Order: sequence, then C-alpha cells, then structure tokens
Amino acid sequence: MDLSFDLWGNALVSGVLLGGFYAAVTIGVSISFGMLDIVNIAHPAFIILGSYTAYIANSVFGLDPILASVILLPAFYLLGAAIYTIYDVSFERRGDAAIRGLAFFFGILFITEVTLSLTFGVDYRLVEAPYVGPSLHWGVIDLPLRLLVPCLVSLLLVATLQVFMSHTFVGRAIQAVAQDPQALRLMAANPSRIKRVAFGLSIASASIAGAILIIIQPVEPSVGRDYIGRIFAICVMGGLGSFAGTVSAAMALGIVESFTATYYGPSWSPAVAFGFLLLTLAIRPAGLFGRR
Amino acid sequence: MTDTILNATGLGKRFGGFVALANIDLSIDRGERLGLIGPNGSGKSTLVNCLCGTLRNDSGQVEFDGHALNGLKAHQRTRLGMARSFQLPRPFHTLTLAENVLVPIMYVGRAHGVPDPRQRCHELLDMVGLADKSAKRPGDLTQIEMRKLELARAMASEPRLLIADEAMAGLSHQEVDDILALLMRLNEQGITIIMIEHIMRAVLAFSQRLVVLTAGRKIADGDPREVIRQPDVVAAYLGS
Amino acid sequence: MANLRFILILLVVAAAVFGGVFLVDNDYLYFAGYVVLQYVVLATAWNILGGYTGYVNFGTAAFFALGAYSTVALHKALPMPLPLMMLVGGVVSGVIGLGMGYLTLRLRGTFFSIATLAMAVVMQTLITNWNYVGGSRGAYVLRPSASPILGGDYIRYLFLVMLLLSVIAVATARAIQFSQLGYGFATIRDDEGAAEASGVPTLRLKLLATVLSGAFMGMAGAPLPYYVTYLDPASGFSLSYAVNTIAMPLIGGTSTWAGPVIGAVLLGTMQQVATVTISSALSLLIVGLLLVLFVIAAPRGIVGWFRR
Repeated sequence: MDLSFDLWGNALVSGVLLGGFYAAVTIGVSISFGMLDIVNIAHPAFIILGSYTAYIANSVFGLDPILASVILLPAFYLLGAAIYTIYDVSFERRGDAAIRGLAFFFGILFITEVTLSLTFGVDYRLVEAPYVGPSLHWGVIDLPLRLLVPCLVSLLLVATLQVFMSHTFVGRAIQAVAQDPQALRLMAANPSRIKRVAFGLSIASASIAGAILIIIQPVEPSVGRDYIGRIFAICVMGGLGSFAGTVSAAMALGIVESFTATYYGPSWSPAVAFGFLLLTLAIRPAGLFGRR
Repeated sequence: MTDTILNATGLGKRFGGFVALANIDLSIDRGERLGLIGPNGSGKSTLVNCLCGTLRNDSGQVEFDGHALNGLKAHQRTRLGMARSFQLPRPFHTLTLAENVLVPIMYVGRAHGVPDPRQRCHELLDMVGLADKSAKRPGDLTQIEMRKLELARAMASEPRLLIADEAMAGLSHQEVDDILALLMRLNEQGITIIMIEHIMRAVLAFSQRLVVLTAGRKIADGDPREVIRQPDVVAAYLGS
Repeated sequence: MANLRFILILLVVAAAVFGGVFLVDNDYLYFAGYVVLQYVVLATAWNILGGYTGYVNFGTAAFFALGAYSTVALHKALPMPLPLMMLVGGVVSGVIGLGMGYLTLRLRGTFFSIATLAMAVVMQTLITNWNYVGGSRGAYVLRPSASPILGGDYIRYLFLVMLLLSVIAVATARAIQFSQLGYGFATIRDDEGAAEASGVPTLRLKLLATVLSGAFMGMAGAPLPYYVTYLDPASGFSLSYAVNTIAMPLIGGTSTWAGPVIGAVLLGTMQQVATVTISSALSLLIVGLLLVLFVIAAPRGIVGWFRR
C-alpha cells in the first residue's frame, strides 16, 4: 500500500470535505427521523429533486445553483409541509404508522425517481459555476473548490439550523416535541403544527443539499439510492437528533469512504456506509454520540 | 420453613440520568400474597418490567424458583413460570379474544400440561367473565374488559408467579370485589401473587405483606397494617 | 379447510392454468405468464415477513438477485438441473437472510427496514465487483434449446417450474397463516413486547420468517438468467422488484395468503399489458401511485373490501 503523504493526505482532506457535504445531506433526516421519529426514506429523492431544480435554474436561467436553491427554499418548505399533512392525517393520527408509513415514503421515493426519469431521461446532468473546476493548492494537498464550497455551505446550513433550534421559539418548540409530545399537548400547544414546521424545514434543507450535490458530482435520477445507506448510517451513528453528532459521524464516514476509494477503488464506497450502519446497530444502537 | 420463589437483590435501573430503581431487594415466598404500592412514578412498573425481562436491569440479580434470571429474555421467564398483566392493556388487536388467550397456551401452557387448549381457553375467558365475547376483537371491548383480558392472558401461561399490575384501575366496587375474589382463588390454587394497586381496601384485604416504593427506593416491607402507619409511607402519599 | 385439500385445489388450478396456456400455444403467453407467476412467489414471500410479522423488507432485489447470480455462478462452474439450482438459490438467500436478520432483528422494525434497503445496495456493489459472474458488464447464459419433459421451447419448462414454485409458496403461506407459527407472527405484528411477555420467542420467529421469505425470493430469482439470457447487476437489482413486491401485497391485502396472489395477478398482468401498450416506465409509475393511494386510503387492501 502506498503510504505516501501525497496520497493519504489528499484522501484525508477529500474525506473531510466530503464528510462536511454529507452533513447537509443528512441533516434533514436528523430532523425528520431523529427528532420527529418519521422514517422518511424518501429524503434522497427530495435531494435529487433539489439537484434538478438547481440544474434547471442554472442551465435555463444561468443562475448560480446555490443561489437558486436558496430562492427555492420556500417551495421546498411548502412541499414538506404538504407531505407531512398527508402523513399525519393518514398514519400518525390513526396510530398505524409503522409499516404503512414506511410504504408511503417508499412509494414517494419511487414515484419521484421514475417521474424524474420520464421527464429528464437517465443522462447525467451537471451544473456550471465558477468554482466547479479550479482547485486551491497547499503544498501537495489539493483543495478542489467543487468540494470545498459545498462543504462550507453545508456546515453553514447545519449551523444555521442549530441556531434556529436553540434560539428561536419555534426551534425550541420542535425540540420539545422531539423529547415529549405528550407534555407539549398538555401545555395546549399543537404538536402536529410544530411537527409540520419541522418537517417542512427538513425538506427545505434538501433543496440546498441537492444543489451542492450536483456541484460535487453529475446527477441522474437513481443517484439518490446511493445516499439512503449513507444518510441513515450517519443518523444512527451520530445519535438520533443530535446535530453535532450528525456532523461528526458525517466526517467519520466521509474520511473512511475517501480512504477506501483511494486505496481500494470507488466502487466499494456504498459498502462502507452499510458496514458502518451494521456495526453501529450491532454494537451501540444509541449511536457513538447519542444520548438515548 | 419458608420456600422462596423469587429473590431480587440490589436491583437497579436508570434511564439516562434518571434513576428509576435504586438497589431494590425483594424476597417472596411460594404461595405468598404480596402487595406493592407507591405513588405514581415511584418505579413499580419499572420493577415489574425488570423482573419479567421486558427491561434489562443495570445492576443486581434476580432468582426465580432456583433459576438465575439475568440475561434471560421475557419469553424465557414466562416459560419458567412468571406472568404479568400490563398496566395499560396491550392486547393483540387483530386476533379475537379467544386467540389472544390461546397464544400463551400454545407457546407456554401446553408445555405445562394443558390437555385441551380450546377448553382451557374457554375456562380462562369464563373466569374473567368474557366467555360470551370470545369471538370479538379487543377493539370492541371497554377498558375494563380489556383489563380482564389481560388477566386471562397472563393466566394462560400457567404461571407460578402472577404479577397483576393495576388490574383493578377504573373498576366499580363490585368489579373490584370480583377480581379480588378471583385472585384469592388463584392464590388458593398455589399461585404466588404480587398485586400492584392504588385501591387501598383491595391491597389491604389481599396482602399478607406490603412493600412500598418511593422514587425508586423501597421504604417499607412488612405487615400491611403497620406499614401504612409508617410516617414515611404516609408522607410519600400525602406529602409531608 | 385442511392444508392437504388446499394443496390439491391449488394443483388443480395450476393444471388448468398450464393447460390453458398450452392449448393457446403462443410463446408470448409463456413469457408474460412467467413474470406474473414470479411476482406471485415474490409477493407471497414478502408477505410472510412483512404482512404476517410487520417487518418491512425493502431489499427484495438483494435476495432475488442473489438467487439469480448463484445460478449464473453454478452455470459456469457446475451445471445442474434447474430445480437443484433453485434449491441452491433458496439456500444462499436464506442464509443471507439469517445473517442479516441476526444482526438487525433485535432492534426496532424501522432499523431492520433501513438495513434491508442499504443491504440491497451493498449486494449490488459486491456483485458488480465480482468478475466471475460478469461484474458490471453482465453475464450471458445460454438457454437450453428444448424443454425437458415437455418438448417445445425452453420457456415452457421455465413457466412450469415457476408455476409449481407458486403452488409451493402459496401453500406454505397458507399453512403458516393458520398454524401456531402464524399466530406467533401475528402477535409480533400486533405488539411485540406483549408477545414476548406471553411466551412467544419473538427473535426466533422473526428469524424464521426472514429465512423463509428470503429463501423463496432466492428460488424465484434462480431461473431468471435462463429467462433473460443476459443478466447484469442493474437489471437484476432493479428497484422495480422492490416496489412491486411491496405494492402487490399492500394492494391485495397483507393479512392473508390471498392478498399477495390477488395483487400479483392484477398488477403483474396490468404491467405486462402496459409494457406493450404504453411504456414499462409509465406502468411502474402507476404501480408506485397505486401503492401510495392504497396505503393512504385502503389500508386493508382489496381483500379488506370483502371482509368485515
């Protein structure tokens, strides 16, 4: 094995940047699954949707993809709110969530993927922006901007959400609902409304995650499926609902994946996430950083 | 010469930072009628869950009828002869009442020598007064009927130790007497019974010994009439 | 109705089906019928775990494709009659189901479901990297020129084999449903904690359900290479298998053996028709939409319309 600093140094840096990006991809599920206990396995589909909306904004209107994703945040938020309302009325209220809720989201995942295939075909799409291409250099270490910018945007996104959760009334209400929905009900607040806000935020984050995804790699409809394992592996490892845990676990996964890709080839990457997931579930289901 | 059927020593359980049970010692003789009381949140149900294996205790040992229970799963403990009813009834919603009761008979009771499952099922439902509803589903029952179903289902595993967790909550005076009489009959057949209740007259009428839990600790263990006069027991219920 | 009588009725129905297709003597019917029967097996297999115990498996493709690829490997290394290959496929998938179940079934059902989804991706990765079976380029499998026993095109034999597998699968599902095992499964679905307290060995039963389910899926996948003659990971692990296998029981009705059969026959036939009239992608979309619709509006499925 080639242990030159050149190789593993770059693997490490790429891993950190990739891990930062994975945090953005996962943060939405940290909210929906970690805090609201809703197994939204369709989240990757919304991310891909975000990729395609960014792509259209970029190719048709010449907009910067990240800017476009921010402009589209309200639309994604409303989409999330709508889906939560359907979920709430159909499953949560009837107390029959488990199997049918899962099937519901699986159906949504599938419908979204097929619809995107029918609309855009299965060709890979990419975006053009000034930072897709150039790299910074620091000695032998390369810092590709197409990884660096998404990483920074991602961390900014997570930080913003964390601030929102801790320092706004709505954010704290969401945390309250996550911890004890019964108590909230007794205090005359309506858990459903607060959960709707939270779920809306969760899907809104997918808009940004999708935009930075298509900056990092070309996207076609089935790409979302590669991320399901990663997202839930990070969520479980990071301890459901803990943002700091999510970022740490995302970094860990990014680094291990990067090393695996560098030394064994990129085709093994999907197996890394699954290995992490199984390991965590087998040893410490509360997650490495979890409190539950 | 007493014969201990259950012996728990140093039982402890915490949830995160919250200590639900702290160093509980509990010893029960075969055939005894034990009452377990305490204010809400004192750890009674946690204790039951730890004894039965639904929750894993963090510390301490439990011995039942000569078997060490640590590490055994709930279904194994049930097979050894421990049964419990749930405080909030947990019936099998898609099965009929008869099928609800048949399940423990099939999986446990038969091994303990039940010759005719269907007949035993009918007996048990009859015992709690639900025989005429045997083809209905739990969704059609009242809360009180569901509690009775809980008891019937617990008895279906032919236990030697039965833990009745607030089986009388919400019942009328007459119904409390009926359940009381039922539990007495079961005890006369040799079944050791732990009764967890808030209804004082039932606890006092039933128990040979009374144990009091407060905030995860055992604060009293002895003759029921003396225990309820203890100052710390009175304080726990009424506040000091 | 006793199990033996049920099997006899099934065999009569199967004989009638085969007789009908044989008389029409149109090869296309055999091809289309094979797919529908394959889904009868897959849907029934899925339901043993998902419908009876309530543990949702999203990774149908993994068990199914594993069966297919074990055939590919055997075909190269040690050719043997198809029924034996199906047994091997069943054993392989069953063992994988056991391993995965052992790791994940002690946790909440949702974790199990997520793990199945991730596992499908990983299996696909492993197969894609395994050059012996063709890797990402795929593998060509020569179909024998004639049917054993029946004569005529080999597809007749494939159809017959899948028909018999359907009979076995449905008979097994029904036998389980009305047995002590079936009640045990139902209690796990209704309230696992209460089931444990009632003396049901839940982990053991869940493992059994997973192994049975996986094994049948593997057996359903084993003849696939001979059916398609060219197999690559993308098509073997296609998400359409997962969606169909879930949609069919949920739409037909998960509480009984008849639901998956109804769902598979209806949806399978609909897709075969749609594939030639509109497009296969569009027909898949319809399946997805129906799944969501039924899950929201008709949770007990078609079977539920005819019950209380």
